[in-house]
Amino acid sequence: MRFNGDRIVPDHDNCVACQRCAMKCPQGAITIKENEMAFPAHSAYTERIRRIGWEQASTGGVMLSSCGNDLPYRSIFDDLVLDAAQVTNPAIDPLREPIETRCFLGARPDRLDFTETEDEILLDTEMSPGVMLRTPIMIGQMSLGSISYNAQIALFRAAMETGTLVGTGEGGLHSDFYEYGSIINSEVASGRFGINPPYLKKVASLEIKIGQGAKPGHGGHLPGEKTTEMISQTRMIPKGTDALSPYPHHDIYSIEDLQQLIYALKESTRYRVPVGVKVAAVHNVAAIASGMVRAGADFITIDGFRGGTGAAPRIIRDHAGIPLELAIAAVDQRLREEGIRHRATLCAGGSIRYSADLVKALALGADVAMICTPVLIAMGCRVCQQCHRGLCSWGIATQNPTYTQRLDIDVAARRVSNLLYAWNEELREICGAMGIDSVESFVGNRDRLRYLGPNPRIAEILGVKHAGEAWG
Amino acid sequence: MSACGIAGLINIDGKRENGRKVVDMITTMLERENGLGAGYACYGLFPEMQEHYCLQLLLDDRQSKEAVEDLLVERVEVHKDEEVFTRKVKGMRGPYPLIWRFFLEVPRKRIDENPDLEGEDDYIVDMVMEINSRIPGAFCMSSGKDMAVFKGNGWSHDIAEFYDLERYSGNMWLSHSRFPTNTPGWWGGAHPFNILDWSLCHNGEITSYGTNKRYVEMWGYKCTMLTDSEVVTYLWDLLCRRHGLPPIVASMAVAPRYYDDIGRLADEQREVAIRLRRTYANAMINGPFSILVGKARPVPTLIALTDRKKLRPMIGGISGDEGTVFAASEECAIRRVERDGEIWAPVAGNPLIARMGDGIVWDGLKDQSQYKRMRVIA
Amino acid sequence: MENGTVKIDALDNESGKPLRYWVLNDLIHKAADGGAKHIVVENVLGQRFIGACMEHKDLLLEIHGTPGNDLGVFMSGPRIEVFGNCEDQIGNTMDHGEIVVHGNAWDVTGLAARGGKIFVRGNGGYRIGIHMKAYREAKPVVVYGGGVKEFFGEYMAGGTLVALGMRIGNGSIKDLPPEEVVRGSIGCGMHGGAIYIRGEVSEHQLGVGASIRPFTEEDSRLLKPILEEFSKRFGVPMETIESRGFTKIMPASSRPFGAYYNPRSV
Repeated sequence: MRFNGDRIVPDHDNCVACQRCAMKCPQGAITIKENEMAFPAHSAYTERIRRIGWEQASTGGVMLSSCGNDLPYRSIFDDLVLDAAQVTNPAIDPLREPIETRCFLGARPDRLDFTETEDEILLDTEMSPGVMLRTPIMIGQMSLGSISYNAQIALFRAAMETGTLVGTGEGGLHSDFYEYGSIINSEVASGRFGINPPYLKKVASLEIKIGQGAKPGHGGHLPGEKTTEMISQTRMIPKGTDALSPYPHHDIYSIEDLQQLIYALKESTRYRVPVGVKVAAVHNVAAIASGMVRAGADFITIDGFRGGTGAAPRIIRDHAGIPLELAIAAVDQRLREEGIRHRATLCAGGSIRYSADLVKALALGADVAMICTPVLIAMGCRVCQQCHRGLCSWGIATQNPTYTQRLDIDVAARRVSNLLYAWNEELREICGAMGIDSVESFVGNRDRLRYLGPNPRIAEILGVKHAGEAWG
Repeated sequence: MSACGIAGLINIDGKRENGRKVVDMITTMLERENGLGAGYACYGLFPEMQEHYCLQLLLDDRQSKEAVEDLLVERVEVHKDEEVFTRKVKGMRGPYPLIWRFFLEVPRKRIDENPDLEGEDDYIVDMVMEINSRIPGAFCMSSGKDMAVFKGNGWSHDIAEFYDLERYSGNMWLSHSRFPTNTPGWWGGAHPFNILDWSLCHNGEITSYGTNKRYVEMWGYKCTMLTDSEVVTYLWDLLCRRHGLPPIVASMAVAPRYYDDIGRLADEQREVAIRLRRTYANAMINGPFSILVGKARPVPTLIALTDRKKLRPMIGGISGDEGTVFAASEECAIRRVERDGEIWAPVAGNPLIARMGDGIVWDGLKDQSQYKRMRVIA
Repeated sequence: MENGTVKIDALDNESGKPLRYWVLNDLIHKAADGGAKHIVVENVLGQRFIGACMEHKDLLLEIHGTPGNDLGVFMSGPRIEVFGNCEDQIGNTMDHGEIVVHGNAWDVTGLAARGGKIFVRGNGGYRIGIHMKAYREAKPVVVYGGGVKEFFGEYMAGGTLVALGMRIGNGSIKDLPPEEVVRGSIGCGMHGGAIYIRGEVSEHQLGVGASIRPFTEEDSRLLKPILEEFSKRFGVPMETIESRGFTKIMPASSRPFGAYYNPRSV
């Protein structure tokens, strides 16, 4: 909508189908229908392809997009079915009996050394720093800049409530948020925006971002329009300038350099917090992950090719990377083959849409799931895929005060913690149905998955049997 | 495994008990089996050959025996080998495997030439894994010192008769009768499962199988048996022998306390419990189980443990003369051989540990934190 | 501790090998946390991360030897003075403080630095001052007395980079030949800050997005205190430094990629 003199007139060009008008219409009078007056049908030159061509011919620009890959690739999660206990072991009722979902973020030692004396048992093994999470679901990396102040504080409050961590994204940490340090996972990315001692020292964990599922091999680009006064403060760059994150870290051109940055962060925090590394799921991800663990990462995050973003070139978002399911399976297996699986917590993000994906990701081998888009949806996001334009009418992915003030922090925080709570309960339901009373026994338990899809080769890579095949 | 019966005994004074006694125990719980597998383990069996590993093998035919012999000649020094006594039992279905026993030693140079091995035990484990996974028709039933496993496909009383267990005596006996569900009844799949001196009888079904299997595989074990009990055996070998955890600590790793309970422990104990749970997250055994674990070295030790929800039964007992400690699925098994004495039910997830020479080290009734002061020194 | 001075030997006398960096850094942290204002570390050889994220405002850390990569990484406060050469990435993501090097400092000096000062007497390598930024009063400064190589000020978003192109010996100061002062791809992708090269720079040496601008009175005023500080640190007379003119390099635009992307929804 825009004003034409005194009249409000529709401005179709700016409509991104955020559906807020329909949702908020007091009379329920608005219905939004897809415009059927479209291009003539063609199954190779789809409407989308023709529109991209048309746009590019007009501007010569690289097409931007946001949120996750929306092409209709088949979801492997949807081709996996879960097991349940029958007769030979009992299912456990999560309402009646304890089913534990706590887990730790951080490296584990190979083994513990105990000495038994006449009257004592002594444990002589140091532990790497670990953060206890009450649920194996973390909120991923979304910067202040890509999302609004209200959205970020709502996430922090929800995490406080549910006992999990939230990523800062690469945008620094607003000083108002220092009080949430105990649930913050600070991101160290190639732009190094907002990195100062409090950003490193006041938080629970640090995560080096090498890559992002939505844009593997690509850096970050916060357009100058989004660099408001507040953003300029937290990123520590002048107002109105582009915040460009280089594609690589310029102190990491090789795996031993990654080790250097990991240890620079460990030295900086005096080894008090776990330091992780995030990469996009790419073809060689298993070998890369192995290198990351050997370089000293206490946790590694694999971000799948459906992962979200505040802005990415469409060609990369839609076409680069591999599905998360395959990446988790390959990484988990590779780390086991090398005998180093315990040395890092394996976090999986980018494609986890709802609790079913979460439980399948854990069974495939992830210790923790990282989610972003689902928590945005909890706050109101309709996945219109226009985050990069800063026009988010829900006040989430925008810095425009007209919109940001619409996001009620208390309501948003409550909705996000409800979502996390519900997912955790559904995880407990599934564990109970399988006769498992603790999530540790669920992680990597591929025996409790079966493949029910078109391509048995996928099942092979996943290390999962086909439906109909029995135990053993 | 599903229902199954388990029974074990240990003479803590170091006297030898005839096989008759354990056979009486296990066969009393007839309702727990369906004739598809049973087995026994005897410790303190070959006092005159204490220093030698005893490999007891199930062999399909002469060919598989020759293949095993070829491998042994190449790898170890065989001091003695003999056919294990067996006899035909009416009603037991054939074909019967050939059952052979080898006493052997690991030549020093074999260990020296392989720097990855920590010792001869590892060498034997690798060799057993290879026999079981690579030689068709051969299965190593047991590979410990001063002990052996006798098992097969049949009722517990048939298997006892087949091997004529009354001809053997030992300090400790474990037994198992089977009601299989997940895997077919076959000779190698019967319990006890064994690696080195570790033997395991298991009642229940482990819901964490996939997780545990992939954890032990990371440490070099090969799960060839398609069954959860095998994995649990390897877990004990890994935790107790290779990682050196005291048995009570190992049982806290495989059947950990709930985090809520850990939260109520005193600071020192809590830190130990959390480190243990964090480090051995994937060694935790989930689902219903009651297990008997036997080990030989340094002295025969019997460990009886159930899951932390107590989904499978376990009863402990001690004889009137306080010389023999028992553990079994049902009290009737103990009462069959011991009219007097004391009987108790260990707490869920809390082990009963009895050791030759020391008696009952832990009765599984009090919280483990009262066993000894546990604390972190690193 | 004498007058707040602590001496640390970075050589493990038992093994004759350098202490591992975490051992050495732990000693340094403990001394600083214990209130030392002047820490002298001798026999440094390759130890990394010295001064990492230290926030001790009045601390002088004196290093003798060759410190390893990431000297002063994330540092916010102390002054580090190195008697010897440095390796790569000194002042990485530095927040505040000062690093003075009486020798050379190789690649990627001052990566993403947001504040503080780095003075190097000798030469530098590649990608110096890459992605340096500035915000309000925090304006990082990197000055090399000698020459630097390619990608000087790449991705630069703020602050001041200077290469003087001199060979500063003991008692003798000579100008380096022009090709050794700075190489190509200067200020590649820069969108903020300023680069000053003592002497001439050709257009073909500039990277994408960088442009040569007239050196004004304003620049001279801005540069003066920086050069005076350099002069004081290394005993180089101001008139020697000022004997040649400077070339100033600035971003062609503060939004170099403003029109590169098409944000339209399709």
